[in-house]
Amino acid sequence: MLNIFKLAFRNLLRYKRRTLLTSMLITLGVVSVLLFIAVSGSFKALMIGQITDSMLGHLQVHKKGYLASVDSLPLNRNLTGKQIDKVRQMLDGNAAVEAYSMRIKLGAMFSNFNETTNIRLNAVTPEAEMATAPLLTDRILEGDKDGLIKPGEILIPELIAKGMQVKVGDAIVLVANNKDGSVNGQNFVVRGILEGISGPGGRDGMIHIDDAKSLLRLEEAEISEIAIRLKNIDDLPKVFAGLKQELESIKNKMDQPVFEVHTWESISPFFNIAKMIDLMTLFIKIMLVAIVLVSIMNVMIMAVFERINEIGTIAAIGTSPGKIMGLFVVEGFLMGILGTAIGTVISLVSIYAMNISQIRFDFGRQTGLLLSPTIGTKDVVSIVLIVIGIAVLASLQPAWKAARMDPITALRHV
Amino acid sequence: MSVVVAKALEKTYVAGDIKVEAIRGVDFTIEPASFVSFIGPSGSGKSTLLNMIGCLDPPSRGSLEVAGQHISGLSRKEAARFRGEHIGFVFQDFNLIPVLTVFENVEYPLQMVQNWPKDKRRIRVMEMLEAVGMTDQAHKYPSQISGGQKQRVAVARALVTNAKLVLADEPTANLDRVTANKIIALMKRMRDEFATTFVFSTHDPRIVDNVEITFALEDGQLVRNEMPAGGGHA
Repeated sequence: MLNIFKLAFRNLLRYKRRTLLTSMLITLGVVSVLLFIAVSGSFKALMIGQITDSMLGHLQVHKKGYLASVDSLPLNRNLTGKQIDKVRQMLDGNAAVEAYSMRIKLGAMFSNFNETTNIRLNAVTPEAEMATAPLLTDRILEGDKDGLIKPGEILIPELIAKGMQVKVGDAIVLVANNKDGSVNGQNFVVRGILEGISGPGGRDGMIHIDDAKSLLRLEEAEISEIAIRLKNIDDLPKVFAGLKQELESIKNKMDQPVFEVHTWESISPFFNIAKMIDLMTLFIKIMLVAIVLVSIMNVMIMAVFERINEIGTIAAIGTSPGKIMGLFVVEGFLMGILGTAIGTVISLVSIYAMNISQIRFDFGRQTGLLLSPTIGTKDVVSIVLIVIGIAVLASLQPAWKAARMDPITALRHV
Repeated sequence: MSVVVAKALEKTYVAGDIKVEAIRGVDFTIEPASFVSFIGPSGSGKSTLLNMIGCLDPPSRGSLEVAGQHISGLSRKEAARFRGEHIGFVFQDFNLIPVLTVFENVEYPLQMVQNWPKDKRRIRVMEMLEAVGMTDQAHKYPSQISGGQKQRVAVARALVTNAKLVLADEPTANLDRVTANKIIALMKRMRDEFATTFVFSTHDPRIVDNVEITFALEDGQLVRNEMPAGGGHA
């Protein structure tokens, strides 16, 4: 086998320029794909972080059917006493969960004493909310960020602040419908202005959970939504599957599931953008496969054509068709290895250089986001294996042709 | 036992409706350690006959026995193995592998065909290079040596596996007179030293003058054989 490698290697060196050009083409393809995966992966991770860490959390638990009617913020689909305790017990016992926040979601009338408008609100416990959505305070454009919110205070979305001409420190009134249909009002002081973000809850205001209880006249504990943050987002599929199985096994008297659990992916429209990035990565990989396939096949067809007489000679002196085939397949394999090795080294150095350079970019209204491209071993290994596999595959046809060549015809070839 | 025994040997090529009878019922025997040539004008069937003896082209009809084995029904793989074990080839254009050194070219059949261990290979290759007077050129590439030297290497490569039969197709066609004579003398010496049978296909009178048996072919048939020293008959 070593002899075939030696011979194949020397044959590659025989046409140095062609070998170099083909390897460069493979290198270019590998670099393009690895850099695209690293940069788009960084962009994706950054965006997912922004979405999950500033509002959604990684997972959300609701009463069954809540999300389907979330537009109307139904109070009659809140989780109650024992249900809340059950979920709390599960989450407290799950080592993968870093934090969770219990929220009451409600709709209210917002009045600045001159004008009135509708507002959607999340009522939260500040400590739990900040632990679950650590980037939430970054969305506070004006006002005190420390401690997020206290009873009697409200964080209002910037669109309402502009539309209603309300500033930090102003007094406002919220009027809300209770579950029984009665109406209740309560005064609040504007603590801060919240930046709007895309996705569910991204343009909601925020009050303390105790205020929601009094505004809605809740006599016992009620929760609309439990947002969960995991220690490691990579554990999401595993934790989701476990929670889903556990929660959906809990049935009501009608034998229907009581809870529903969703990942951020099924809640946020941004997931479609993330999927598009994955799709683009797939297309780039397909292009890489095409580049490697065409370039190696082209070179190997040329190699067989140029060495017909030589093939005839080695066949005549007794080289088996299998060894002749192996000789050309190994040439393609070595070219794939060479291009991939150089491409991988260039890519890793480029990724390192980009991280050192601290490249920043703007996305929508967010400015100065830091690009931190990273690439996992799994991605590198998969690209390396794909390229080498395709290089071997592309060599098979020319190698087969060489192995099947009639020695007499080959020896006559000039 | 004869090295080659051909009986009523025929070779017909078919291209569409056209049939070409390249060899038409020839009978001959080649004995061990003989120096034999097939001569004849272009298209007489010399190369076809040599290809059949070399297991490169199967006969259409008749029987052909080489080194004690009937070779008509061999598969591609079996034919390759048979060639590797029993037959050496010397070509008109030397056909050395350009990316291998002189040493590696001679070593090739032992390494790639017969899988000899490294130590034994080295000893055998050096023996052969010494026999053909190429020891001092062992590490040169074919592009760095002359035509005569290339043919010496080719002879060494053909003999390195202890082949009992060497087929040489116009081995002196690309060599000058002096070099050609040296190569013929070398092959004759190799025959004497290793008891190898050399079969030539040639136009070269220098070879014809040196062989012991000459088979003359015309239109695919043996028209005469000359046997100055004995050892073969048609």
